[in-house]
Amino acid sequence: MARTVSTRRRLAFTALAWTIALALFFPILWTFLTSFKSEGAAIANPPSFLFFDWTLENYHEVQERSNYFHHMWNSVVISFGSTFLGLLIAVPAAWAMAFSPTKNTKNILMWMLSTKMLPPVGVLVPIYLLFRDWALLDTLAGLVLVLTMVNLPIIVWMLYTYFKEIPGDILEAARMDGASLGQEILYVLTPMAVPGIASTCLLNVILAWNEAFWTLNLTAAKAAPLTAFIASYSSPEGLFWAKLSAASTMAIAPILILGWFSQRQLVRGLTFGAVK
Amino acid sequence: MATLHTKSAARAMMSPSVILLFCWMAVPLAMTLYFSFLRYNLLMPGMEEWAGLFNYEFFLTDPAFFSALFNTLILVGSVLVISVGGGLLMALLLDQPVFGQGIVRVLVISPFLIMPTVSALVWKNMMMHPVYGLFAWLAKTVGLDPIDWLSAAPLTSIVMIVSWQWLPFATLILLTALQSLDEDQMEAAEMDGASLWWRFYFIVLPHLGRAITVVILIETIFLLSVFAEILVTTSGGPGYASTNITYLIYTQALLQFDVGGASAGGIVAVILANIVAFFLIRLIGKNLEG
Amino acid sequence: MCTIRLENVTKMFGELAVIPGIDLQINDGEFVVFVGPSGCGKSTLLRLIAGLEDISGGAILLNGEDVSSLPPAKRGLSMVFQSYALYPHMTVHGNIAFPLKMAGMDKAEIDKKVMAAAKVLNLTEYLKRKPRNLSGGQRQRVAIGRAIVREPSAFLFDEPLSNLDAALRVNMRLEITELHQQLGTTMVYVTHDQVEAMTMADKIVVLNRGNVEQVGSPMDLYRDPANLFVAGFIGSPRMNFVDGGNAARLGATTIGIRPEHIGLDREKGLWRGVIGVSEHLGSDTFLHVHVEDVGTITARTGGEWTLRHGETVFLTPDPDKVHRFDESGRSMARAITPDLGALPRHVNGAPASGAPLQ
Repeated sequence: MARTVSTRRRLAFTALAWTIALALFFPILWTFLTSFKSEGAAIANPPSFLFFDWTLENYHEVQERSNYFHHMWNSVVISFGSTFLGLLIAVPAAWAMAFSPTKNTKNILMWMLSTKMLPPVGVLVPIYLLFRDWALLDTLAGLVLVLTMVNLPIIVWMLYTYFKEIPGDILEAARMDGASLGQEILYVLTPMAVPGIASTCLLNVILAWNEAFWTLNLTAAKAAPLTAFIASYSSPEGLFWAKLSAASTMAIAPILILGWFSQRQLVRGLTFGAVK
Repeated sequence: MATLHTKSAARAMMSPSVILLFCWMAVPLAMTLYFSFLRYNLLMPGMEEWAGLFNYEFFLTDPAFFSALFNTLILVGSVLVISVGGGLLMALLLDQPVFGQGIVRVLVISPFLIMPTVSALVWKNMMMHPVYGLFAWLAKTVGLDPIDWLSAAPLTSIVMIVSWQWLPFATLILLTALQSLDEDQMEAAEMDGASLWWRFYFIVLPHLGRAITVVILIETIFLLSVFAEILVTTSGGPGYASTNITYLIYTQALLQFDVGGASAGGIVAVILANIVAFFLIRLIGKNLEG
Repeated sequence: MCTIRLENVTKMFGELAVIPGIDLQINDGEFVVFVGPSGCGKSTLLRLIAGLEDISGGAILLNGEDVSSLPPAKRGLSMVFQSYALYPHMTVHGNIAFPLKMAGMDKAEIDKKVMAAAKVLNLTEYLKRKPRNLSGGQRQRVAIGRAIVREPSAFLFDEPLSNLDAALRVNMRLEITELHQQLGTTMVYVTHDQVEAMTMADKIVVLNRGNVEQVGSPMDLYRDPANLFVAGFIGSPRMNFVDGGNAARLGATTIGIRPEHIGLDREKGLWRGVIGVSEHLGSDTFLHVHVEDVGTITARTGGEWTLRHGETVFLTPDPDKVHRFDESGRSMARAITPDLGALPRHVNGAPASGAPLQ
């Protein structure tokens, strides 16, 4: 900002921005607060914001009733597993597209993106039946496989845009220095692309963590991640809002915190590098 | 930089992605297409028989299909308008000098990071509940009758929830784009006597064109298949008032076990998505080239 | 140790022949410079030798052995890139050690070689730094260090000095020349700067639109350019070209005279002109003189030159140094000294024997 802005104007903008931001954030904050209330206080009218008896009881009960850590572990396995598998397949492909482009490269990228446009519901039935026949229903392996495929186009795209920013000269230098293709990727490309790869991983973990179509439809209990764990609280078996809040808080906290620390990379990643 | 060595290596390295994605897309799609011509219900195993176009006829003449199609379009359209419009305003506001901008950004992005099942549940119970929800309390405080959001205005409620999830995304992408706007250009326009509105219209808006395209593309991809929000809140009801295509097919497949019917629906959904994708990909291809 | 031979090497990019066909012999220990304007194919030619691009036809021979289909790593050549292409995530030590690591050398041996190279290149105290914390000249030296440690059979340089500022460029020019004299290894050097070509090369290859215009030692090219292109490209400031009547009288389509081969006189001479811009470099002055019927002629004179803009001056080319070119631009024999008497002479009123200037 080259120009100075009067303090009064600045304060006005600040007040407005904070009001809107807090309004947007409020449902999350409210969930967080409610998770520490007793069930009675949770539905009290008028609602109390800070002055209630804080309790950790809800967290205990949630863990006991529906085994939070079991589902959390599933979420971790699914999101990190699919990200890792996706990277393994996508890094070579993105290398090829960025550093050895052909006339078809753009078309292949567009085609990959277009597979994301394919509504998952269009292939739900066969995938469900195949998974049933292959005994992959309600297994972590099955979910990892599905989420890898679901997010692969995004991983390839993101890596491609990051790799394209790496000067080809440096890879050629490695080749002149006697590096094989594998060594070139391992010792030169990958370390240079670490920020890009990190932000790709991050976004992918978040997308996989929050993916709710496949995780809900292909799991029952054993492999159910947090999305399904929370959905089980939707059944109208009375108003257990405090417990619901505790469960929600636990389901979103890991990814929320991860996202806060990396929001810049996250946003840049999601635009496929189209917005700097 | 291309030699025969690197070119053949490139092909080899690209093939796992391409082959896997192709299988992921083609095999199930072919099966869906095949099933869609069968009378096939999981509750009646071994009774599969050729049904011709019956499933399509059934699906396409079902009044539920039209309301689902209509709901899908309303849902995607309204969320796009709200998130892009609201996101633009938010981005312009956050681009101003604001105290504690970092924290504001963190607060704003948060809804995007929440898993759909959680946000749907939180909104359904704690915000929109007709008796104990905060909206009800707010309405009563100002002397209005509380509304039962999810049964009185189910689609609107879902639009609200989904918009809440996607507004942050649009805001942050547009903000990132705004911050890369060349200050000199704005000052030059100011020197040329352009008013605030004209500067916005002729300089800021064209600059944001690319970012807006990206937002529309990505949001459309995800919005066409909104599922968990509906499953958790209204289950598509009352009636079909908040059923979209995705949810309609889900009910047919996994609740009524009608594989044939669901497959025909799936194929219809794919065709519809292709029509949308056709225009989007062209738009995006053009905009991402430059 | 290394001779490089190109036999009818061609390179097509799609339908476009970037290099229509080149034959070239580079002898062991030679410092060969490829020079030409941008887009002349010089970098492509270097990359073909390096193996970073495939040739479309012909053959590349190293020490008599056809390496056309070998990948870069197997050709035993080192390359220094225009952008230096240092590995940003490795220290200076890591950068220089990389080729040795790739060759599977053991760690003690690598350290010894890296230290030796660092010493030669004055990089010892920077070994722990990352490239981004180095100046342009230091980065350049790291790139050279990376090239020399593996003791290649030949070095390839792709415009290595073009990202340096003028003063540093002169320094590095000397350092590379010195390195060549120390190592005695074959070097192939690409540049668009004819000064680099003249000062560094044993042999210059002038390229234009993918064709070799002339090959020879710097002074050969300077004295006997084979054609208009080489004549215009080699030498600074550029050679003056005159065509029309003045050339025809000497039996040529175009004649060329270098600025340093023109005598200046206040009183008399072959051509009479009016001084336009004069550029003072201190040691030299370059005058741009407008001569009627001839055009603007650049002439070099000593540093202390007092005539100013708008004043009249007489120019006389050195008859031994006039180049003649035929209608296709090829150089014509210079066996006989052209008879400048054939050209009309101008005198400023006074007899034609006035004292020369300075």
